[in-house]
Amino acid sequence: MSKMKLVSDGLVKNNPTFVLLLGMCPTLATTTSAINGLSMGLATLFVLVLSNMAISAIAPVVPDKVHIPVYIVVIATFVTLLQFLMQAYSPSMYETLGLFIPLIVVNCIVLGRAEAFANKHGVGESALDGIGVGLGFTCSLTVLGLVREILGSGSAFGYNFIGGNDGMLAFVMAPGAFLCLGYLMVLFNKYLKKN
Amino acid sequence: MAVKSSLTNMVAVLGLTCLVCSALLGGAYALTKEPIQAAAAQKTTQAIAQVLPHFTEVEYNQEDGFYTAMDGENLVGYAIESSVMGFGGELKLLVGITPDGVVYNTAVLAHSETPGLGAKCTTDTRFMDQWRGFDPSVKKLAVTKDGGDVDAITASTITSRAYTQAVSNALGVFALLNNQEDPDAFSGDSVVKIEEGGQDNE
Repeated sequence: MSKMKLVSDGLVKNNPTFVLLLGMCPTLATTTSAINGLSMGLATLFVLVLSNMAISAIAPVVPDKVHIPVYIVVIATFVTLLQFLMQAYSPSMYETLGLFIPLIVVNCIVLGRAEAFANKHGVGESALDGIGVGLGFTCSLTVLGLVREILGSGSAFGYNFIGGNDGMLAFVMAPGAFLCLGYLMVLFNKYLKKN
Repeated sequence: MAVKSSLTNMVAVLGLTCLVCSALLGGAYALTKEPIQAAAAQKTTQAIAQVLPHFTEVEYNQEDGFYTAMDGENLVGYAIESSVMGFGGELKLLVGITPDGVVYNTAVLAHSETPGLGAKCTTDTRFMDQWRGFDPSVKKLAVTKDGGDVDAITASTITSRAYTQAVSNALGVFALLNNQEDPDAFSGDSVVKIEEGGQDNE
């Protein structure tokens, strides 16, 4: 498998949000605006790349019966590291994402890639896979956040263009998240089939 | 995947992983402890500067959750922490009150209101600006729906009511402070409930 393909697979063919439907909880909850979606995506990307690399490195010596607990410990360590760093250097972002940072530990994308890819491949390939899937997640979340922000608050990346405060509020709330996700999924898969 | 499980290697691998990971986290905690505290302290200082006029010194009464701001010898005002239940959870405000009993300004310290609705209490300038110089002896402290003089945020009456309640609680604390010759003698056993302590970071 070529290196480019590893990354692009994660972005398109194995897109975690629109194709694999993984990590739906943070997807629906944090995409109230484009910036929030983008930051959540980047946070997950960070954890995903590091945990993929660490797990692919230790996988050959981990006994089969304890591999899940070992992977979870590794993932939790990186998530906690990220949490400390965000609290220290980006407290406002930490406040917005709050609860969803610790929840990256149980995000099925991270454990899913560890199980399905990292423990069978080398460190370099696993890092690329992490980058691809992480970018796929980041892009999907940003697009979803952007659509919801435009419809719901009439702004894009915090820049208000309708001059007032009131968009279609339903799109900022949970029902709008499901609606937007559903339609984006349809569009994405239609595009995939054509190509 | 390749290794066959036995008691020894399972214990060894799991134990070693946990050991390495906790060592890493311990190190990271030690390294980030100071920046985290600095960030929290900076946030508080910024909030106080936002809700009170210029001051040179500030003293924190941790027990009762208010800050006394002084400019040299003169009392500038009190910044009072006040927390109530909003729509989505705790709504925590810092209310700056000058010695004449007028609200100078308010700031939101923490909230979990709905994005796009109640969360506008941190961005809606029309709502926020009406607290600047709000004089409770002239204006009635209640949302217009309840016959008062506070313009609520569109479609967020509950948040606006909670906000108003929090300001009202802070004014209650101020009244108690003002009636006491020695503010240090102020005790927390009053009807007005305010949040103790300042840090909200875990």
